[in-house]
Amino acid sequence: MAKKLKEVDVVLVGLGWTGGILAKELTEAGMQVVALERGGMRSTENDYSVPHVRDELRFVHRHDLMQNTQRDTLTVRNNVSQEAQPMRRLGSFLPGEVVGGSGVHWSGHTWRWTDQEFKIRSLYEERYGKKFIPDDMTIQDWGITYAELEPYYEKFEYTAAVSGKAGNLRGQLQAGGNPFEAPRQRDYALPPLTPILASQVFSEAAKNNGYHPFPRPSANASRAYTNPDGSHFGACQYCGYCQRFGCEANAKGSPHMTVIPIAMKNPNFELRTHAWVTRVLKDSTGKRVTGVLYTNTLTGEEVEQPARMVALTAYAINNVHLMLLSGIGRPYDPVSQQGVVGKNYCYQTGASATLFFEGRHFNPFMNAGGSNATIDDFNSTNWEFDRAKAGFIGGYNVGGGFNTALPIGYRPVPRGTPSWGKAWKSATAKWYQTAMNISASGAVMSNRYNYYDLDPTYRNAFGLPLMRMTFDYKENEHKMGRHAAQVINDIAKSMNPTSFNPAIARTEPWTVVPYQSTHNTGGTIMGTNPGNSVLNKYLQSWDCHNLFVVGANVFAHNNSYNPTGPVGALAYWTADAIKNQYMKNPGPLVSA
Amino acid sequence: MKKDGFDRRAFLKSAVAGGAAAATVSVPQSVQAQPTAATAAATAQGYAFLNPEEGAFVEALVDHMVPADELTPKGTDLGLNIFIDRSLAGGWGKGDRLYMQGPWKTGVPSQGYQLPLTPAELYRNGIAAANVHCVKTYKKTFDKVTAAEREEFLLALQAGKVTFENGPPSRTFFTTVYQTVMEGMFADPMYGGNRNKAGWKLIGFPGVIAVNYQNIEKYRDKPFPVNPVGIADMS
Ligand SMILES: Cc1cc2nc3c(=O)[nH]c(=O)nc-3n(C[C@H](O)[C@H](O)[C@H](O)COP(=O)(O)OP(=O)(O)OC[C@H]3O[C@@H](n4cnc5c(N)ncnc54)[C@H](O)[C@@H]3O)c2cc1C
Repeated sequence: MAKKLKEVDVVLVGLGWTGGILAKELTEAGMQVVALERGGMRSTENDYSVPHVRDELRFVHRHDLMQNTQRDTLTVRNNVSQEAQPMRRLGSFLPGEVVGGSGVHWSGHTWRWTDQEFKIRSLYEERYGKKFIPDDMTIQDWGITYAELEPYYEKFEYTAAVSGKAGNLRGQLQAGGNPFEAPRQRDYALPPLTPILASQVFSEAAKNNGYHPFPRPSANASRAYTNPDGSHFGACQYCGYCQRFGCEANAKGSPHMTVIPIAMKNPNFELRTHAWVTRVLKDSTGKRVTGVLYTNTLTGEEVEQPARMVALTAYAINNVHLMLLSGIGRPYDPVSQQGVVGKNYCYQTGASATLFFEGRHFNPFMNAGGSNATIDDFNSTNWEFDRAKAGFIGGYNVGGGFNTALPIGYRPVPRGTPSWGKAWKSATAKWYQTAMNISASGAVMSNRYNYYDLDPTYRNAFGLPLMRMTFDYKENEHKMGRHAAQVINDIAKSMNPTSFNPAIARTEPWTVVPYQSTHNTGGTIMGTNPGNSVLNKYLQSWDCHNLFVVGANVFAHNNSYNPTGPVGALAYWTADAIKNQYMKNPGPLVSA
Repeated sequence: MKKDGFDRRAFLKSAVAGGAAAATVSVPQSVQAQPTAATAAATAQGYAFLNPEEGAFVEALVDHMVPADELTPKGTDLGLNIFIDRSLAGGWGKGDRLYMQGPWKTGVPSQGYQLPLTPAELYRNGIAAANVHCVKTYKKTFDKVTAAEREEFLLALQAGKVTFENGPPSRTFFTTVYQTVMEGMFADPMYGGNRNKAGWKLIGFPGVIAVNYQNIEKYRDKPFPVNPVGIADMS
């Protein structure tokens, strides 16, 4: 029998970005909050300090801060006719497993997703007709608007020290910013980062090709900063060890140095580390959750933590897994297209070229997480870009620059260079400093056959079924990839490099290696009614009103942008809905 | 090169001749790994995982992949064999962070690594199978074949053209081997490879950077002074 503890107001499952935001906001509103985090405590001073944090082998290749697949992983397959096999080690994506979650080792690119996503089906049907959307493409409106989220985007940007250049301030286009962004009330918290040479030369070329380059907004403080909560940031040192590392300068907006320490000072808050939640518990009616069950991984003991309200904040993948394990909501079935939990899993696609410029010095080891210049001319945000001609829905962004170009992983050489020996060595020496990348990140539209369910065979260390991911790229992504490769190669050619490895659109199925991005979305999507979604627009479960599920798992499809802008904004939005509406009158915030 | 007049290989060989080492390879004694001129550095450091046959394989491999020239000393002089040995002896080699529950199926390539082997087991069985293959094809173990034969074998391995009889998939073996050679060359020297930061000096990578705030402008399109710093230098 599990040891049963005293009931608390709120249990948070996972303490990364979303858990951290809810912890701070809800404790400040007077609620008694317990956060259960499977990972251990980590601090900047002890764990992310120089020199030992500058260890590519440990943090990039041995996954020091990330989920340990020995305990829990997924099974994967490309389509329903394949037998899923366990992802035996991490590769394509890297969920975090420490206090702060993936928010510790992210790069910080922070975007605002707009109505182009939130109203996707309506907009495309209106402009291109119903038939333009393929039958198996299950895109749908999200039930929320940009106008509703705008203040929360701003709140997240100011919390996380996002550096950037506004492109559209209250409807006025701003030179040097992204002309395709939706109107914002305020500029970014900080001015853009100092551009590196690679992003500079990319920007010039993009401009010469008629595009609109802008500095990528990112939560890398371009100068020392104190956020509205009083959290102190150092200035980014362009150390080149951003993505997959904790930041020794506290210059990367991360939950462990912002919202979490604030919550921890509040007597209403308690953090339990090494607490692995295995299930959300329901009452006999099935209409309310009563708390969670977890295993103390230091002792092996099973514990029940009763709570009046539960929020799943365990990262996009784990949130869906917990919903399936707990039997909340009807699991999705791709054949009948009935059920909702597991529906609309999405990922991202991309293409990239490497350009070699004899004699130049790009110093690829000097950069911030967001040292990229970007163009959105072919992105979802540019509605002028004619999809009828391009033949695909959504879009992609193209960037030039570096992010964490460390030498075990990054050693560009012209295609055809031998993999070892003297010729390999001299080419490696010659081109390391003189190469740069242009790469595209592309959206993935939801598809009937891309989904999650529970695996029938494989189990995790707690004896529970692994979650099974069924995913592959469809024609929309292939068309987008070809378009992106062409645009990249045209830009590259216009730059007259000594030589370049052209971008090639991917044709092979999605694979679990190598790393692609930790931008997994969908599975417990938000929507307008219980028939098409798991959550309402406040990320509240349609089935159990005292359960909220926060993370990119709520996205009804994926965009080309990184997810954490809307993930953070939605966490603040949900916190406000809980504080201002739910606490006063607990019950469904949207009637079904 | 013999240090202090002591030939490690000769000693080890005499100690295990006809024993376990021979059994794992199942090739005739006469063509087994023979004592070669081990580097002084490797001899001095010793191996925590590799047996003599495996040591000979790895030393030949890293010296072939990273030959001495005007750019760097050869692989064993950079400690790449030591890096590999320590990696295999440590947590990673023993399957840390590897989901090791069955059932075991080959799956499709997009599903990634599916072998019931830890990296250390993959290395051990892969080396044995590679030597069987080399003996069959070239009449000698990998460490004794000519440089041209070694090159031919490695290229075939990389291209997936070699089939190991009763061994792990040759391509998976190669991928792991290649990854560890590159890790040894470019990881922080505290792990045993990249000795004297030669891998970093080769490309001009500065290692442990602390502050670059001013350097973005200062070194824009200019060479950054190459004087790499490792973790040990700052500890
Ligand atoms: C290498 C990398 C680079 C990235 N770069 C970017 C970027 O540039 N821009 C961007 O927008 N996004 C980026 N991301 C994604 C970003 O990190 C996530 O979107 C963000 O952290 C999500 O916040 P979250 O709260 O949902 O999850 P997390 O921050 O990951 O927090 C989830 C927490 O829940 C815990 N947990 C999970 N399961 C359980 C359980 N069963 N019981 C208890 N605790 C549990 C985890 O240990 C973790 O601490 C990147 C991610 C990675 C890995």
